[in-house]
Amino acid sequence: MTTAPYSRTKPLASRSDIEKNLEKGFKYLTLAFAVSIGLILLAIAVLIFLQSVPAIKAFGLGFIANNTWNPVTSQYGALAVIVGTLINSGLALLLAIPLGIGTALFLSEDFIPTKIRTVLTFMVELLAAIPSVVYGLWGIFVIIPLIKPVGMWLNEYFGWIPLFSTPPAGPGMLPASIVLAIMILPIITAIARDSLASLPPELRQASLGLGATRWETIFRVLIPAAFSGIVGGIMLALGRAMGETMAVTMIIGNSNRLSWSLLNPANTIASLLANQFAEASGMQVSALMYAGFVLIILTFVVNILAELIVNKVKAKY
Amino acid sequence: MTAVNLQKKKSNLRTIFGYSMTAVSGACLLATIIPLFAVLIFVAIQGFRSINLNLFLKLPPAPGLAGGGVGNAIIGTFIVVAIATVIAVPIGVLSAVYLSEFSGDNQVARAVRFATNLLSGIPSIIAGVFAYGALVSSGLFGFSAIAGGVALAVLMLPTIIRTTDEALQIVPQDIRWAALGVGAYKYQTVLFVVLPAALSSIITGVTLAIARAAGETAPLIFTALYSNFWPRGLKEPIATLAVLVYNFASVPYKSQQELAWAASLLLVFLVLITNITARFFTRKKAY
Repeated sequence: MTTAPYSRTKPLASRSDIEKNLEKGFKYLTLAFAVSIGLILLAIAVLIFLQSVPAIKAFGLGFIANNTWNPVTSQYGALAVIVGTLINSGLALLLAIPLGIGTALFLSEDFIPTKIRTVLTFMVELLAAIPSVVYGLWGIFVIIPLIKPVGMWLNEYFGWIPLFSTPPAGPGMLPASIVLAIMILPIITAIARDSLASLPPELRQASLGLGATRWETIFRVLIPAAFSGIVGGIMLALGRAMGETMAVTMIIGNSNRLSWSLLNPANTIASLLANQFAEASGMQVSALMYAGFVLIILTFVVNILAELIVNKVKAKY
Repeated sequence: MTAVNLQKKKSNLRTIFGYSMTAVSGACLLATIIPLFAVLIFVAIQGFRSINLNLFLKLPPAPGLAGGGVGNAIIGTFIVVAIATVIAVPIGVLSAVYLSEFSGDNQVARAVRFATNLLSGIPSIIAGVFAYGALVSSGLFGFSAIAGGVALAVLMLPTIIRTTDEALQIVPQDIRWAALGVGAYKYQTVLFVVLPAALSSIITGVTLAIARAAGETAPLIFTALYSNFWPRGLKEPIATLAVLVYNFASVPYKSQQELAWAASLLLVFLVLITNITARFFTRKKAY
């Protein structure tokens, strides 16, 4: 044999420096991009805070408790819009929670064939995909005229209750909350349905085996077991409702006065920003940034709570 | 021995309660879905009247005049969303690659996932305020297509990260081991094996994010602003369909309201088509 035998001991070609660097470089590149997500979040909060510093210096914490919003005299207070945001999203939740949970129950239990359920679930999800400006347009031309007679009736017979003490002005808190409720329904439904559907089947079987009816099982076993998931979904919906802008802006009437009546025009932080930013200058920009900062804090708190609640559920089953 | 009757009695209080609760929750479902059809039907009826070739080719008319179209807003929407996509896709996909391929669910990954969730929770108008503060009022670009695109990119990011992360995690571990086993580097495995395997789901996610961004209005009304003319450059105010709907919804002129309805129909059509095709494509999986 003259040819050199294939050497078993020959080492594999060692990896070149370039390739090793490529390997490391790629990993650190993706790491850098991942970290940039946190930085973007931080940048948003810091930038808005910095821009609102002049207003914070001028008005302090009193900004939150004061309800004058007057660009002419440079007097700014956000009480009316903060209260408006809370009432608007609270009322929307009040309408959406029972509807959403009822829908979720119907879609998670086997009342109807699976195929129809899939289609219906998809249709509920489509509600979330319709752009909010389209809901706004629809609200102006359909919901406001539709709600006005109801508002008249409420004012006529229940006018002694402060909530209905004024004749409806057309745009206002009530129609805005109704449209907002429609917009957050899919979130509540989807998350409540998911947390009901992910319960172990043994829970149902055990309860039915003990002789409970289907609805007794739902009320005494399934809803308590899925409770924190459902609450987490409601919190996410609340966060979404507080930040929802276009539909509310187009329907709520944009009045910065505080009023007890749901039939009066009102305003929210998001609508205030949408209305005034493009034409604002000087201290007004800073005051708007301050209002935006309040909105960020509100939604962060709600979203973090939602996250914690939902994570707790994941750990349980 | 007397047989116990296990049959449900129709008059039993528990049975009646069950039936009525079923009816109530069915009614909830109906009440949830009716608005969907109400919106779709209303937009279709109002919008179809103004659908013609001019809608795509002409500029909006002066207030009070009839005719015209939304051609500038269609092109503007396309431009602004394209800018947002170019910014958001690389950042989003590479972040997701880190989360699913390199992190092994460490502290950094958990923090990034948390940040992603918070980012998806920030109101869309706040993204606009951010872009306004960073690019418009700072004088960097002024009211412009770029400022609008940056605002939309912030809103697209969480969706892209989440769908890509999920898509990558579904790719079976075996094919990574196979690639590494024949001597590939990790980066080669990710770029030439894992990403292509997850490509269709990633594209679906990106498409849904684009559809969502195309309908966003709030972040654009004070970043991209609006313009009644054809787009003149990336550093100029630019028209978009969504802002056009908002601006024309509240004017008292019939012809402009009709254009608002037509633009709404285009937006709704876009969203529905993307959602339905995305749903159709995600059904068949590559592996």
